[in-house]
This record gives sequence, structure tokens and C-alpha cells, in this order.
Amino acid sequence: MKLTLRIWRQDGPRDKGKFVAYPVDDVAEDMSFLEMLDVLNERLTLKGERPVAFDSDCREGICGACGFMVSGVAHGPQKLTTACQLFMRHFKDGETVVVEPFRARALPVLKDLIIDRSALDAIVQAGGFISARTGSAPEANAMLIAKPVADRSMDAAACIGCGACIAACPNASAMLFTAAKVSHLGLLPQGQPERRQRALRMVAKMNELGFGGCSNHGECEAACPKGISIDFIARLNRDYLSGSLFEKPEPLSSV
Amino acid sequence: MQLNSKVPSGPIQGKWEKHRFDMKLVNPANKRRYKVIIVGTGLAGASAGASLAQMGYEVDCFCFQDSARRAHSIAAQGGINAAKNYQNDGDSVYRLFYDTVKGGDFRAREANVYRLAEISASIIDQCVALGVPFAREYSGYLANRSFGGTQVSRTFYARGQTGQQLLLGAYSALSREVALGRAKVNTRSEMVDLVVQGGRARGIIVRDLVTGELTAHSADAVVLATGGYSNVFYLSTNAKGCNATAIWRAHRKGALFANPCFTQIHPTCIPVAGEHQSKLTLMSESLRNDGRIWVPKKKGDTRPAAQIPEAERDYYLERKYPAFGNLVPRDVASRNAKEVCDGGRGVGPGGLGVYLDFAEAIGRLGENVIRERYGNLFEMYDRITAEDPYRQPMRIYPAIHYAMGGLWVDYNLMSNLEGLHVVGEANFSDHGANRLGASALMQGLADGYFVLPYTIGDTLARVSPADRLKPDHPAFTEALDEAKERGRRLLGINGKRTVDSFHRELGKLLWDNCGMARSKESLTEALARIPQIREEFWANVKVPGGASELNQSLEQAGRVADFMELAELLCRDALTREESCGGHFRVEHQTEEGEAQRDDANFSHAAAWEFTGADTAPILHKEPLEFEYVHPAQRSYK
Repeated sequence: MKLTLRIWRQDGPRDKGKFVAYPVDDVAEDMSFLEMLDVLNERLTLKGERPVAFDSDCREGICGACGFMVSGVAHGPQKLTTACQLFMRHFKDGETVVVEPFRARALPVLKDLIIDRSALDAIVQAGGFISARTGSAPEANAMLIAKPVADRSMDAAACIGCGACIAACPNASAMLFTAAKVSHLGLLPQGQPERRQRALRMVAKMNELGFGGCSNHGECEAACPKGISIDFIARLNRDYLSGSLFEKPEPLSSV
Repeated sequence: MQLNSKVPSGPIQGKWEKHRFDMKLVNPANKRRYKVIIVGTGLAGASAGASLAQMGYEVDCFCFQDSARRAHSIAAQGGINAAKNYQNDGDSVYRLFYDTVKGGDFRAREANVYRLAEISASIIDQCVALGVPFAREYSGYLANRSFGGTQVSRTFYARGQTGQQLLLGAYSALSREVALGRAKVNTRSEMVDLVVQGGRARGIIVRDLVTGELTAHSADAVVLATGGYSNVFYLSTNAKGCNATAIWRAHRKGALFANPCFTQIHPTCIPVAGEHQSKLTLMSESLRNDGRIWVPKKKGDTRPAAQIPEAERDYYLERKYPAFGNLVPRDVASRNAKEVCDGGRGVGPGGLGVYLDFAEAIGRLGENVIRERYGNLFEMYDRITAEDPYRQPMRIYPAIHYAMGGLWVDYNLMSNLEGLHVVGEANFSDHGANRLGASALMQGLADGYFVLPYTIGDTLARVSPADRLKPDHPAFTEALDEAKERGRRLLGINGKRTVDSFHRELGKLLWDNCGMARSKESLTEALARIPQIREEFWANVKVPGGASELNQSLEQAGRVADFMELAELLCRDALTREESCGGHFRVEHQTEEGEAQRDDANFSHAAAWEFTGADTAPILHKEPLEFEYVHPAQRSYK
């Protein structure tokens, strides 16, 4: 099939950037979207033009490296699908497809479709962990965890940190990302001691980094390739509220 | 050069305990003076980074991805083995040790494997403490499944995303250390060279992948946790970014490379769809528990599967191996798939595929049961191929999946270069010639959480932080100049072919000549071709853009240039190893039944190669392997 790609081209963080149209005449149905970009890049390179920069790694939908807006939708039109698992059979011959980076103040564009997501690492560093020194763990089966609890925790833990929820949110809020981590750990008994501090610290970091607040649009859940439920945001709000009421934010300590 | 494995004396059950006592300790007050560089943030790198930082060392981590959480460990599906014996089915440290040595076809170091089995139980404890949501039974206890043809249930799992959850656990522990200021993680940073001075690893040269800036980093020890080299084959199940540059650069600087020819092929991957294929996707091996593998009996039969009557199908694994049937080990299943496809009976585009059919299982158990067991895998298959495996058989074909070979290390996981440690898939490791399912995650975390934190102390206690080189020492400035020059050279060729086209050509040559079946003839041919491809690469590659910017073509060019040299060593090792064992199958060495035939009299050793120059023959050093506990026997699956 023939497609016209309108791709965002931006040389660097300070460049203004613009859309450039690229006709691709021989798109095969069983190509992934990224493989189509590979083919385009091979041609651009041979023509002496600059290939389109985009992130990708596992190409199996689990590493979270890839992701951009495809005609206005994060990761493209298929539900529960990352860009690397989006296949060209879902597009129509003659279609124009607009490709641009995820946009949010806290996730600046580095080049073309590549964005800087280090803010997400910073949120995790603020509290997205259980402090358990290597070697200090008790016998694993000494602590029982009901299967529904473990399953629910796993539902939240499935987040791949791609940033689609933030790109889809009109407020560019990182609430779903943060809520997924807070819920994953807060649901488990081993995550209880730090539960409220975790919520306080991670939300404070999120605000500090320039992410917006949540106003319940629900776009994040719709865009999430892993189907992380917006219910987890309610759980984050609860932990944050009880943390605000009953605890003071404390600095992280090594002991 | 004398290879000293430093395996402690005494009975195998007490070696690690004894060794931990014999090793030197670093005074707690002095630990913060020592600096350790860790390259790679997968299971091995992240767990080592977190543990060393907790102990008080200054830790500096580097990864080429945009976040430590994206390392390729994240893609592991199946699970992690541990000798917990929770199922009361007779598992034990000794049994896990035995299975691993035997599964590795008697080409691993016994003492290392025993230690791995010994540590395995603590790994599960640690991961649970960090919040890894392993699968549970309704009782609340941890669940297990059997995996990879073992007779006990010792595999722990988190849905089909075990690697992801284990990595996020280690990543979160490392993140905490970053917050406490004890560790640093440098993302989008690629190690482009190792700095060696006075026989010791002194630091690394790093390229900032955003600005292109090259910088020197000095430390008291360097740890490489950079994963395997399967992408030398171009198409593999590894992530696109996986590369061998860190270990190859270390090899060029003197670190020995052991058993490069031990590469693992996974039998159940989704076949290649066309020329545009950029990587291969694995379908979990568990599918073989219920799927039946077949091809048409007739050559060139292009009828759809449903129109081929039962009598005209060849369930070749069930026919040839009545006892194990579709559950034969990975290498046997892979070779047989190749054989039927080479014989013109393959299915799907290009004839490179065999059917994995669930019709019988669906009939027997009902679609619901199959959906419950494999629903996510069926969905993934459907998404990629647009074929519904509930209605028509899957098509599968083998693909390169894991590298057992890697940099040679002693019992302390230190290479022959003082101060250079290698952990996880990057070392030549504990899997011998073949890795068992669910053992890679175990080894990565064993190395990072529980082996390296002790053994590196022994290395550090022998040096003084005062002797650490300044980053402006000539050893560093020379390496910086070399790295700059290499980038300039790649950018200056301005030829007519893309980096990818060379990588594909090299990969195809390796897959055809040094893949599932290898022969003297195919290897000799590959060894003649590779230098020609390499020469053309350096004369005709086109790398657009500049050195001082985000330039993915330049990144890839550097990696492919290193693959070109590694490919040659891989073939040379395969040619030299005149036997078949595990993932290394030489057609000249097979039993009458077509099974791998080892030659224990001549090849019971690790082959550790020393670099002498890109165009000169490497020197082979042998570390003899002795088997005191598990006695070598011929595998049989009839």
C-alpha cells in the first residue's frame, strides 16, 4: 500500500521543529510501524538525507522504549498496543499518517521523535521502591499474600513506563504512571511500612517536575498499552490523603 | 598465559562458604573511598549496583537506554529457577546443580554451578522483599511451574513477564541508592572502550548518545554487565540495541573471550515475514506442552493446514522421539525443524516454518483451558501474524536467543585482567554449552546480588584508592583520542551501503554457516567471507550525520564494526571445537541416531581466546574442566 507520512523533524532540543511529508509507496501489511520507519530511514540514508530518529529496543511491547503519536493517538489506533507491535495492516492505502513525539513540558523533545523521559526515573527515585537491603530478606514463604492481592499488584506492576499516559492527558499529568507504582508496592504487605511516605514523596516530585494534575479525563487509561486501570489513581489519592493527614513528609534515610 | 580458575579446594558443598571466609574484606569505613563502574543495568548490573551501593561503595552505572529499567532482561518471559523444594517433589540444591551441569552438556565449571544452585533460594527471598509480585496459590504461598523439561517444579514466575518484574525490582533498589546519593546512573551513555594500564582495568571511555561527547571515567574496578552477543546474527530475539561492543572492546584490550561458539537457538519463534524483518519474537517454550509439531509429508505442499488430511501430516518429533515427543530439548527441536525445512517441507512464506498445532489439545481440554494457559501468547501471535491460533496452527521457526559464551572469568567473576569483573550473560557463565529454561534470570541475579558484592571486595582490598588514575592520565587521553578517531573514520567513509545492510549480510552468513548446524566446510567458507565483508564495510559504509549529535547511525556503525570481528572469532571457535555439544552442533560429529556427539577426551575444556589483532589469528588458551560429581554421559531422548 501507499502511505504519506507526515513526520515531526526537530534537530535538537532548541530547534523549533516542523512536519515533513514522506511518501512511502510499498508498505507491506505485515510490517510493524517501526519496520516501516526502518525502511524509510534506509532510503533517506542512501539519498544523503538525515534518517528519522526514534527510540525502540525490544520491539515486543515490554521495554517501553518506543512510543510516539500516530495521527493524534499515543502508540496509534490499536488498543493495548505499543508502536512496535502496531502492524501496517491496520492502515488504509492512500492514507496520510501524522507521526509526532509524545508532548509534555516534563518530557522535552531531544530529536525528531525522541523525548527525554528521565523525569519518570526521578519520580521512581523519589520513593518508588521498598527499602530492603540485599541479604536482609526473610524466607519468601514466611509472608503469605492472598492471590487476588498479588494479582492486583501485578496488574499495576505491568506498567512499562513508556509515557503514553502523560502524552494522552490534556494536563500532561503523570498520575497513572505514579499511581501504578504506588499501588503495585502499596498493595503488598512488604510495601506497607513506607506506603504513605512513598505516596507523599512521589507526588511531590511529580509536581516539582512540572507534570500537571489529574482531572479525571481518563485518556491515560485509554492510551495505556498495558491497560493499567484508572482505579489505581483513586488508590494513590487515598494513600496521599492519609499520608497528608497522619504523617509529615520525611527525608529518605539510608538506615 | 596460565588460566587460574581460583576454584577453592575442598568438597563442593563447602567451597563457597570457605571462599567467603578466605576472601579479604574492605574496612567499612574505607568502602566509600572505592569507586566501581558498572556498565549495563539489566538484572546483573542493576542488582550489583544496588548491592554495592548499599555496602557503601561509590557506584557509577552506565546504560545506553534512556532508562535503566529498559535493559533487555525485561523481555524474559518464562521464569526463574530456585531450589526451594516448595512443591515437595524432591528438588534440592544438588539436583539443580546436577540438572544445570547435565543440561549444559558438561561444558561448565562444576564449582560455579554448585554456587549458583546454592544461592538460588536467597534470590527468591530478596525479590519478594523488594516487592516482586510473583504468582501465588490461593493459599497465599508462592506458586511454581515446571519448565524446560525438568522433572521438578522449581520455576517462579510473574505471569508471562517474570524478567520485567525482576528487573523492576532491581531497578527500584538501584533507584533508592541514586536518591541516597550512593549510586549514579548515566543513561543514554555507551561504553566505547576499556582503559587498561599496567595489566589492570582502570576505567572506561563513554559516548554521551545525546551530545556525542566522549568522556573518560576512572575507577578502582570495572564491572561489565552488558548482556549477550546474539545480535551478531542480525535477526535474533534480543532487543535491537543489544550489542557486544563493551565485551569486545575489553577483549581487544586483553580480556579472554571464552566459548564464543556456544550460542543457543530457541525452537519456538515467530518465523520471518519478509525482507523488512527487524527482529524475531519468541513464543514461550511452554507452548510445546500442548502443541503438536508437524509438517506436510509431501514436499512443496502449499495447501492450507486445514486441508491437509491427518494421514498426510508428519508429526516428526513424535515419530523420531516417541518418549519425549514434542518436548525434546531446545537444540534437538531446532535442528529437526531445520532439517524438514531444508528438505522442502517447511510451511508459510519462504518455506521456513513448521506448524505448532493446538487442535488436538483444544478438542481434548476445550478452548477455555487453552485460553487460560496460553491466552496472552495466542494474542501476541495473532497481533503479529493476523492468524488466529485457535482456528489454524501457529507457524514457528528457531531463532538465536542466548549466548552462553562470553568473557572468561574465574570463580570470583573476574576476567584475566585485574579489576575487570564480568557478570550475567556477558561472561562465559555457568550454562556450559546449553542453557536450561529459567536459568538466565537466576544467574544474572545470583551474580549481582550475592556473588560479586563479596568477590569484588577481594579485588578492591588489594588496591588503594590513592592509586586510581586521574581521568587526564595518558592512558585515558590516548583511549579518548582513539575513540574520536574511530568515529571520524566511520563518518568519513561516505560509501554507498547502509550500516544495516552490512549487518544483515553478516547475520545471514552466520545463520547459514554457523547457526543450527555447522560443518568444516560451512565454517571455512564463513571465515573466508567475513574479512571480505569487513573490508567492504570499512570502505563502503555510509554513516550520515556528525559525531557531536544524537546520531543513531553512528551508534549502530560502531556496534556492527565490532560484530564483524566477533563473528570471525565465533566461527573460528566453532571450527576448532571438533565435537558437538549443547548448542554447538557439528554435522561431522553426530551419533548414528543424529544426536550431538561430544568428545570428552579432547574437548572437555573452556576455550578462551586471546586477541592479537583484527587481522591476525587469536591464541587459544584452554581451561580444563573436571567433573568430580556429575559424570559425563551421552544425552538420549528416544
